[in-house]
Amino acid sequence: MSETADQLLTTKDGKPLKAALAKALRRDKLRALALIAPLLIFVLLTFVAPIVDMLFRSVENDIVSETLPRTVIELQDWDAESGVVPGDATYNALHYDLMIAAEKKKHTQLGTRLNYEETGISSAFRKTGRRVDDFGEGYTDQFVALNEAWEAPATWVDLLASPDWVKSQATWAAGDQKATAEPSFVINDTARKALPQTSEIYGAFARTIQVEDQDSPTEEEPWNAVYSALYEDLTANPAAADAFSGANEALLSEAAAAVATFTPVDIKALFVKADKDWGEPSIWQTIKTFAPAYTSGYFLNSVDAQLTADGVQMKPEDERIYLFLFGRTLMLSMAITISCLLLGYPIAFLLAHLPLRTSNLLMILVLLPFWTSLLVRTSAWKVLLQQQGVINDFLVWIGVISDAGRLVMINNQTGTIIAMTHILLPFMILPLFSVMKTISPNYVRAAKSLGATNWTAFWRVYFPQSVPGIGAGAVLAFILSIGYYITPELVGGTSGIFISNRIAYHISSSLNWGLAAALGTMLLAAVMILFLVYDRIVGIDNVKLG
Amino acid sequence: MSIIIAFGKFGVSMADSLGAAVRYDGVQKSYDGETLVVKNLNLDIPPGEFLTMLGPSGSGKTTCLMMLAGFEPATHGEIYLNDRPINNVPPHKRGIGMVFQNYALFPHMTVAENLAFPLQVRKIGKSEQQEKVQRALEMVELGSFGNRRPAQLSGGQQQRVAVARALVFEPDLILMDEPLGALDKQLREQMQYEIKHIHENLGVTVVYVTHDQTEALTMSDRVAVFNDGVIQQLSTPDSLYEDPQNSFVAQFIGENNKLNGKVIDVSGSECLVELQDGTKLKADKVNVTNIGDQTTISLRPERVEFDPATDMDNLVKGKIEELIYLGDHIRVRMNVAGNDEFVVKVRNRGEKRSLKNGDIVPIGWARNDCKALDAVV
Amino acid sequence: MKLKTAILATSAIAMMSGTAVAKDMTIVSWGGAYQSSQKKAYAEPYAADHSDINIIWDESSNEAVAKLRAMNEAGNITWDLVDVVASDAIRLCDEGLALEIDPDEDLAAAPDGTSAADDFGDLLVSECFIPQIVYSTTFGYRSDIEAWNGKEPETVCDVFDTETFPGKRSLEKRPINNMEWALLCDGVAKDEVYDVLETEEGQERAFAKLDTIKDDVIWWSAGAETPQLLADKEVVIGSTYNGRLFSLIEEQDQPVKMLWDAQVFDLDGWIIPAGLPEDRLAAVKDFVKFATDTQRLADQAKYISYGPARASSAPLVGKHADLGIEMAPHMPTDPANAKNTFLYNYEWWADYRDDLDAKFQAWLSQ
Repeated sequence: MSETADQLLTTKDGKPLKAALAKALRRDKLRALALIAPLLIFVLLTFVAPIVDMLFRSVENDIVSETLPRTVIELQDWDAESGVVPGDATYNALHYDLMIAAEKKKHTQLGTRLNYEETGISSAFRKTGRRVDDFGEGYTDQFVALNEAWEAPATWVDLLASPDWVKSQATWAAGDQKATAEPSFVINDTARKALPQTSEIYGAFARTIQVEDQDSPTEEEPWNAVYSALYEDLTANPAAADAFSGANEALLSEAAAAVATFTPVDIKALFVKADKDWGEPSIWQTIKTFAPAYTSGYFLNSVDAQLTADGVQMKPEDERIYLFLFGRTLMLSMAITISCLLLGYPIAFLLAHLPLRTSNLLMILVLLPFWTSLLVRTSAWKVLLQQQGVINDFLVWIGVISDAGRLVMINNQTGTIIAMTHILLPFMILPLFSVMKTISPNYVRAAKSLGATNWTAFWRVYFPQSVPGIGAGAVLAFILSIGYYITPELVGGTSGIFISNRIAYHISSSLNWGLAAALGTMLLAAVMILFLVYDRIVGIDNVKLG
Repeated sequence: MSIIIAFGKFGVSMADSLGAAVRYDGVQKSYDGETLVVKNLNLDIPPGEFLTMLGPSGSGKTTCLMMLAGFEPATHGEIYLNDRPINNVPPHKRGIGMVFQNYALFPHMTVAENLAFPLQVRKIGKSEQQEKVQRALEMVELGSFGNRRPAQLSGGQQQRVAVARALVFEPDLILMDEPLGALDKQLREQMQYEIKHIHENLGVTVVYVTHDQTEALTMSDRVAVFNDGVIQQLSTPDSLYEDPQNSFVAQFIGENNKLNGKVIDVSGSECLVELQDGTKLKADKVNVTNIGDQTTISLRPERVEFDPATDMDNLVKGKIEELIYLGDHIRVRMNVAGNDEFVVKVRNRGEKRSLKNGDIVPIGWARNDCKALDAVV
Repeated sequence: MKLKTAILATSAIAMMSGTAVAKDMTIVSWGGAYQSSQKKAYAEPYAADHSDINIIWDESSNEAVAKLRAMNEAGNITWDLVDVVASDAIRLCDEGLALEIDPDEDLAAAPDGTSAADDFGDLLVSECFIPQIVYSTTFGYRSDIEAWNGKEPETVCDVFDTETFPGKRSLEKRPINNMEWALLCDGVAKDEVYDVLETEEGQERAFAKLDTIKDDVIWWSAGAETPQLLADKEVVIGSTYNGRLFSLIEEQDQPVKMLWDAQVFDLDGWIIPAGLPEDRLAAVKDFVKFATDTQRLADQAKYISYGPARASSAPLVGKHADLGIEMAPHMPTDPANAKNTFLYNYEWWADYRDDLDAKFQAWLSQ
């Protein structure tokens, strides 16, 4: 027996005391966990999850590589700074990608996404998407002219479908077709090896018409792009027919012999014809720059920078707005917080020192703003503050200002500060009040009895003790005001709007959620940094709500 | 002992400035304009006196203190400090040191800063400040606690800091508003002596408010017993106990047996009282005047003797109801003349007493131990 | 036995009630007078014949794009039909959030047999968009401004003339329309506006023109603001939708007049959210076919001064239901009003919107 074993405390029946204690406490812990579980789950679902989602959205960018997989691979070898457009292979890849995307109606989404980075891409994708269907038509015509069999859907199925699929499709066709969906099309192995491009594009065609249109490949003529893929396969591998047998071999041999004499279709020219931007390197640079599945683009955008082929650059002067708005948001929020404090402190002081009955009555008046709708209050401010409004009318009437010199108090920063101060005042008063309530009047009396004047007693004894309330109120008012956007939108004009207004715009109007998420994340980070600074200077434990 | 020595230095410097006196002259106070909380208070406090204002809560004692400190204005009358009327002098100019009920130490300042506060507002030089603060801290045996926050001190330590803070700027007059109320019994007794010693050594005038009669008797030169806004009796602790001027004082100070009856004869300072059951007792006439007046006789429990000498002024029989052993004495609850709350304290001399429940025994007491006071219903 | 009968009976009742209970159809629109014109012109006559459909109205059109996207991501489409402006319809279509429709199959032909595609004509600006009304963004001005010395604005360029027409103006807080007006008044020909606006210099030119009145502008973001500002005399002239000005002038009798010059036509109509289940889709298609036929579109003009999107509806436009005045002269499409109109280029703005919006916001905050 070692010494430690001797010292190990045990219960009467010999179990280690620590284990017994842990066991006894476990039930309590579990019960405590069960009690907070509903809140925990609620917070996770409604607070943590959206924030994580937002953080994710601000960097998510897989739409490019998902919509244009072949193009993205081709562009890897292209030198974005070469100043020339990529080679024909890239145009061919884009032809296939865009064909599939257009059928799935994904190309406009991608266009919208890339248009955030370069103006004009949206219409390039939309215009090209409308025409991409016809790009391979030249090959289709030549194949069909060569042999009409190429027009028949059955030819293609026979050539490319796996025998298993043919069987299961036949069974399905014989039965009740409405009861189940047609079996998903499968390419045979021979075709996959001998005609790789054709198999791939035809496979995409078959899947698309099956899923999107509920059509069957046995009845539909393939896209023109399939013919152009076949042309490329046969040009690259004239012996492809050898892998097949029977009628297919004959058909392919004939085609393989003929493709050399076909008139090639200039896919690149067709792209440039659809939209002249395809002839410029810049659109390709943008696609290549934003090909990775994750991007810093949104964050760069949110600090007025952009990702270009040459790396990160600041945006042109006349498009910089976000940093400025961040700065203004912080400044105005501070101004609002300070004016809340200046107005709220004396009121809270008064409330805390009145008899209970009177202070309760006054407290109701303080809380009154909570009970009126935000829009009503904001509209009321408009009526009061506008140039033909109540306050200006009164000032003109008593002769303080002339009719021509009416004050501009709304649709600018003044309006925002006034209205927001009004709205946030209770959030300042309540914590101040509850902290002041706990400060015994004896402190001030003691200070006075020790020889302090009223002011000294207040400033050196009362005020420091009310600082936790100021801290809580200021943090509340500041954070709330940073996130407000309705009131600034309505009374702030152009000089009184906040960064949140741009976030709301991108969420609800431009649908640029990635940028909105990045801006939101920046705002969150700014608040957290301010919090840390506050903690450093004042100390977070110096914040008291009562 | 160290306290006394430390205070010695102070005592010398403060002795020169002695001469503080407080005078309440016809002071009245009302908060609501309908009832008087303090009714016509006249009181002189000579310099160097330790005066306690004692009374139940709501008796007006704290209000009197607050008026003196300047936190409540007098509704009528004048208060003088060193013969100077101070009704219009704001609190911070009165130069009165004050110790509050919960000490009111500034929680955001260290102990040293608390003590330096009154010196700072008086614009005393830095080095002198430090010196005085340190001396005051040593005076209350907290020399090494200067850098602590009040919250880091025990209740007794906070109490001493509060006292030190009230003294550090060397005021002539110190007010204390139930300063020991928050302490446990043992600490409270110890602090009572310390405060008493400080007073004795410094010679300052102290006005002390409490509702604890033991505290008042222990510490004071004179006690003013308050009730209902009026000083019921103002005298030294011993005469307060020995010669209560009315039933309220008799009951409020110390333990007391009450016997209700009627005056049937008066001669000089004596009177004869007939109790309800016909028992006749001789008593000192205090505030009854005429034959036929209803009266309550007040009698201290320790003045009653068992086996009285036959020539005692008052001899009665009582039935023992209950015996309570309390170590140094035995409490005997008896039924005497129909009053079964009659208590007798018997000193425990070690000898065996044959007192038993239900025994009917003779008891007696001297005439001047029993006071005929105003009747209590 | 008894139990079994009871179960059978209840399930039978449940099945019957399943068919008898009206199906909910949620229609989203803009609220206010516009929505009530839709209720009166489309929904009430439709409900008279279709007691099995229970229409629920929602007023979320101004945030429809974002909400539809959120619904789509959540995989739970609760709306059946959404009223949006054409540019939003294009965006929703681009995003795959709106259903593509076949005008000739999904919409009713005109009474004279003209196909729906021809009847709507150019107004079918997107595969997903079912046009309803033509509205215009134009200016209203107060007719009682003494400082104008009896003159009244006659062209859109008078908005930029602060010497002849001093006072505050209200313009929408976005680049669309404002940029075009600025260029028009800076001497750019109507058909070259978008070519010019595409260039850096053209944009700078437009901003420079707007700079001349920047200090006099109150920027609005909700359509109700300009009428209110005009009524309060906060502004002397301001842009908004013509229907809002109509109610300000005709219904509220304010001393305000319309300036029809260079009014910008825009369209409003329905989209059907993509991804509706079959039965709801069938129901909503039936409603849309009814609600966008020639008579219904003409009826809507009885309640609000927006032009019906069908050519065949125009002759059927009658009098205002309450005021009893002829509505045709108040239509933006009325020949007298449409002497000088401006066509809004959806596709161009789809490209340049992000870029110009950033520049516009930067310009505003300077």
